[in-house]
Amino acid sequence: MNEHAPALVVMLPIIGAVLIMLIRHNNLNWGIALISGISTIYYSIILYLNARSIGTISYAMGGWEPPVGIEYRIDEFNSLLIALIAIVSFLILVYARSSLNIELKKNKISTFYSMYLLCLGGLIGILSTGDAFNAFVFLEISSLATYVIISMGNDRRGLLAAYQYLIIGTIGATLYVIGVGLIFIITGSLNLYDISVKLGDIELYRPLLASLAFITVGIALKIALFPLHAWLPNAYAFAPSVGTAFLASTATKVAIYLLIKYLYLVYGFDLVYSNQIFIFVVLSLSIIAMFGASMIAIFQSNLKKLFAYSSVAQIGYITLGIGIANYNGLTGSTVHIINHSIIKAAIFLAIGCLVFSSKIVNIDQLAGLGKRMPVVAVCITVSSLSLIGVPGTVGFISKWYLVLGSLEQGLWVVVFALAVSSILALIYVGRIIELIWFHTPVGGMVSPNKMPFEMIAVTVLMTIATVYFGIDTRLTGDLAKIAVENVLLGEQL
Amino acid sequence: MSSALYNFISSYNYYVIIFLMISGLFIVVSRGNMVKKLVGLALFQTSVYILYISPGKILNGTAPILDDGYSIYSSPFPHVLILTAIVVGIATLALGLSLVIRVNEEFGTIEEDELFDNELNNE
Repeated sequence: MNEHAPALVVMLPIIGAVLIMLIRHNNLNWGIALISGISTIYYSIILYLNARSIGTISYAMGGWEPPVGIEYRIDEFNSLLIALIAIVSFLILVYARSSLNIELKKNKISTFYSMYLLCLGGLIGILSTGDAFNAFVFLEISSLATYVIISMGNDRRGLLAAYQYLIIGTIGATLYVIGVGLIFIITGSLNLYDISVKLGDIELYRPLLASLAFITVGIALKIALFPLHAWLPNAYAFAPSVGTAFLASTATKVAIYLLIKYLYLVYGFDLVYSNQIFIFVVLSLSIIAMFGASMIAIFQSNLKKLFAYSSVAQIGYITLGIGIANYNGLTGSTVHIINHSIIKAAIFLAIGCLVFSSKIVNIDQLAGLGKRMPVVAVCITVSSLSLIGVPGTVGFISKWYLVLGSLEQGLWVVVFALAVSSILALIYVGRIIELIWFHTPVGGMVSPNKMPFEMIAVTVLMTIATVYFGIDTRLTGDLAKIAVENVLLGEQL
Repeated sequence: MSSALYNFISSYNYYVIIFLMISGLFIVVSRGNMVKKLVGLALFQTSVYILYISPGKILNGTAPILDDGYSIYSSPFPHVLILTAIVVGIATLALGLSLVIRVNEEFGTIEEDELFDNELNNE
């Protein structure tokens, strides 16, 4: 079975999704989701180990040889992200059952698990496929499942958020297809590796730039890069808590990987980065994201929306590393993809606990939380500090690499921007920490629902991970370095 | 003059594509009615189908069915891709319309201006 692991990591969640729709028994379906989640983790780890020991794996889907057939290309970079996403989404699934019982109507829970797994399958598909059009299909599979997840919550505004995302997401995916279409017209191929070889000896500069622009903007809509982020805050705020945690820790990260793949592995470093305007646009949008989104986050009163805007700002950090485009900058980006995924999972799972126990939605309701629910309060505090980048947490590691990278390039403005945006993050996080620990509860204290063990356990585990990987960087930093060295910058170094 | 005309006619389908693409996108941006927005979106997606199909045509080529009498065939590759894209487009449109039905049930209107001002931005 192991030689079919590239297909299995994509197929297992999708098979699980179909089974769940057929069975429609809430607790049984939770079991099925867990089984397909854990088997996905098993095969994703096998994939990573294989990619490390024998190098890039090329898998011909259905036995049709590339470049005509669809090829799955697994290297040290995408298999690392596949393993990350499989593990994080499995942990969120463990947490999901109790939270969904409170937040969803009983007859919707099975559908939720099904959409969750479908989305997971789609995201892993985007990571593993080596075919431009196949990536589009998986992008749409995961997006369609995402729209359903967002619309499912008890808050009816979720419907509007889902519709808004559907419109923007479809425009993004269509722009991506237009870009792929232009590449297809130029090269006559859809296999990404084949395209990267053929683009080497093509003189048509302008259509190539047009396709680069279409693909970048299309994927940027999915990433929620700053001016294109309008869908994200509402989608995160009104989705069920489990859905928010899942989307925040996986969906945008996968889109960022797709962008990195196009910039470095398809178009190639030389073509993209000989273009000064492109670097300027990416760097300045990232910096505006870091400032603008943090500024908006300061004025939010809805807890989930605040962290949604902070996500937009953090995405700015990741794209900043792509713009810096040297070894340390890219390592910073890759590490931050992993770290931000862990941080945001921890934060949104903790918020899910708050919704579960006492229906907390707004920031004011946090007052005196430290006395009422000390464990969850500590989780939110620690993971928020990690968001700022306090030394000893994962956020510090990412920022360290980003600062190193921009110093090497002589980008002093960027270093300054990193420092100032950390102060902005300090303001909105500080407000929350102050309310939690230094205020007394206002009004009648709602007697909190008793928290189920697994919800607390997963939240605490994620929070511990944000500290642990901040001290011991062998699993995150070193693996990210290897991925950047071997896959992205292979020829430059 | 005749060469300009020739150029125009030979790339006529690309002008149609660009026109459809822009008008679809314009409807999505300018209309506030949720159903009309989806119609614009469908138009935008359809224009891409033609973008893919057009370069597949080869001059003097026949339909891609193996036969002894012919040696030049149009490329069947884009057709296969667009079949998939059409399915994706239908799924998106169906999901979008069902969301609009649910929105209408919950809020009693499908005009975005009213909905977004009253619901999403008033916190």
